Amino acid sequence: MDLLLINWAVFTEKLILIIAVVSGSLVIAMYSTYAERKVAAILQDRKGPNRAGPFGLFQPLADGLKLFFKEEIIPNFSSKFLFILGPCLAMLTAMMIGAVIPWGNMLHFFGRNISLQIADVNIGILYVFGVVSMGVYGIMIGGWASNNKFSLFGALRAASQIISYELAMGLALIALLMVTGTLSLKEMVGQQMDSYWNFFKQPLGFLIFLICAFAECNRTPFDLAEAENELVGGYHTEYSSMKLGFYLFAEYINMFLSSAVMVSLFFGGYDIPFLNDTALITKIGVNWVTIIQSVILFMKIAGFLFLFMWVRWTIPRFRYDQLMNLGWKILIPLSLFNMMITGALILLKQNHWHF
Amino acid sequence: MQALTNRVKVVSRKPMTFWERMYLPAIFKGMAITFSHIFKKDPTISYPEQKRPFSPVFRGLQILNRDEEGRERCTACGLCAVACPAEAITMEAAERQPGQEHLYREEKYAAKYEINMLRCIFCGLCEEACPKDAVYLSETFAPSNFQRKGFIYGKDDMLIPDPKQDPEGYKKALGSRAKHPEGHGNEH
Amino acid sequence: MSVTQILFWFLSLLAVGAAIGVIASRNPVYSVLWLIVVFFAISGHYILMNAQFLAIVNIIVYAGAIMVLFLFVIMLMNLNAEAEPAKHLYLKMAGLISGLCLLIVFVAALSGSAEAKNVGQLGGSNIGLIKNLGRALFNDYVIPFEISSVLFLSAIVGAVVIGKKE
Repeated sequence: MDLLLINWAVFTEKLILIIAVVSGSLVIAMYSTYAERKVAAILQDRKGPNRAGPFGLFQPLADGLKLFFKEEIIPNFSSKFLFILGPCLAMLTAMMIGAVIPWGNMLHFFGRNISLQIADVNIGILYVFGVVSMGVYGIMIGGWASNNKFSLFGALRAASQIISYELAMGLALIALLMVTGTLSLKEMVGQQMDSYWNFFKQPLGFLIFLICAFAECNRTPFDLAEAENELVGGYHTEYSSMKLGFYLFAEYINMFLSSAVMVSLFFGGYDIPFLNDTALITKIGVNWVTIIQSVILFMKIAGFLFLFMWVRWTIPRFRYDQLMNLGWKILIPLSLFNMMITGALILLKQNHWHF
Repeated sequence: MQALTNRVKVVSRKPMTFWERMYLPAIFKGMAITFSHIFKKDPTISYPEQKRPFSPVFRGLQILNRDEEGRERCTACGLCAVACPAEAITMEAAERQPGQEHLYREEKYAAKYEINMLRCIFCGLCEEACPKDAVYLSETFAPSNFQRKGFIYGKDDMLIPDPKQDPEGYKKALGSRAKHPEGHGNEH
Repeated sequence: MSVTQILFWFLSLLAVGAAIGVIASRNPVYSVLWLIVVFFAISGHYILMNAQFLAIVNIIVYAGAIMVLFLFVIMLMNLNAEAEPAKHLYLKMAGLISGLCLLIVFVAALSGSAEAKNVGQLGGSNIGLIKNLGRALFNDYVIPFEISSVLFLSAIVGAVVIGKKE
């Protein structure tokens, strides 16, 4: 039987890693809802959730429980299959990004080197793009299947917004790819460990990428798809119970994983700042260094999550035409400009111009 | 045009400079402002654990007072009901029987004394009208209820504890408004 | 059967079934969704042939961008089964015959070619990886590549002109 010729060690290793990443991102998404409320409260001189458990730490559990026990309503004139498919797709595409992110270097157990990346595919970052471009279907299908004008408006807004900002995001990324010369996230992180972080090589690219990441995650200033005061609830107006919870959850998972992508691309991934990692490995061993690196990675991600929340409670929502102007007339020319400058500098460097 | 006050602010309609049109400096400024709020003290009072003290002139739910021997002061004269602008107070008088001297201070007492807390506007006129210092506005407010009849407070809701049996409870229920428990508090 | 073969048959059946779903659905929105499934199945085939770059570009461009726009337009038009104009029986027949002719042409063209016989070997090659693809595009096929980029440029200019009209 050829079927059984699977390398079982690799299989179990990857299976454990997948379970860890999926449940990890779920837990982090859960607690980012708590963090969001807490950060909002602190920025607004309030207390935030503090009743459920110490410091309100069980609040996400209480919220989840509430969502599960609410009545599930499927509108009569909706296409039921698509109505259920919508939130599933949103959740699925949100989780899939985690597969290519290097969560750490490698662990050495049982005489095996275990890479802390689920799949080091050679298209790396393009895979992230593919999955992100799929993410819009969850919103579109859900919005259309609700058979509600407001939902449809939200869905259309989301679709056009995500498509518009994906372009600028891709163009900003091309400049980065010209610098790194690889698509694999693991290799990019490896390059940043030896030299400067890509942020210092591509500051403009990072800014564009950051803005586009906000837009792709449907976060405030770009949360037009669910603008409460214009569209009731946007694409999830008709949703209730855990199907609504899935949409809200997917947003937080997206936030977490896009922070992870940004950290890996621009801020050295699991690189420990101001420290020579290879020298540290010889001192305290691979496993400990990997654990420290993962902790550092998560700290960087937490920083980005805080940035997401900080921006949400500072900057008001765009108007729709402003959004489109920003995307098409500012970010895309800017990223093209960034690409040209980067190309020129690389060419000069290759021809031994020292500056 | 001549401005009526000196508070007029002239709106600048100049086209924005390049620096302003970049928006990023303004965004960073705004983010710095929100960030500075992290270090500010929040004014919240976490209610059930912490309570804000009532102001000395706060007028809450009525109480029916007792004298120092624990007898009801109310004599059912009806002056409070007359004074009440919301007509929230009703009462029925009864004659004190021999042997009830330890219960009622005067020879006429209120057999029934009801205040509709939904009508009451907590103006305190009943307190001022009372010649016997029998009714006072305390420092509590009516808790919520599911039914209207729950807001009609009778004598057993409003009578304060006996000072001889429960001096602590008496003092607490009396509050700080009844300054002269011996009477004549409102006459000067 | 090896895993690769099982996957091949699964993806092929998925692609054909979803393609039938595209033309059989009464509601155009379902047609678009079936078409997306077809694209995914085709991307799966690309991956089986170790052409990961083509697979992901197929998903990004077709499933991620073009189909979103299709869906966008169809959702806005609010087409449904009742709004569909009744087609003549002869028209349906003509469509069937021309479609079958196209199929026969494809089968005839591919069955005789040398490429069809070494499909199995494609799995081991690295021709679809991004490095090799880039090298091939910029060395062997520079002129067609640049010509197609000029075509794209003209399309962009055309889009801007149409957008600026009012």
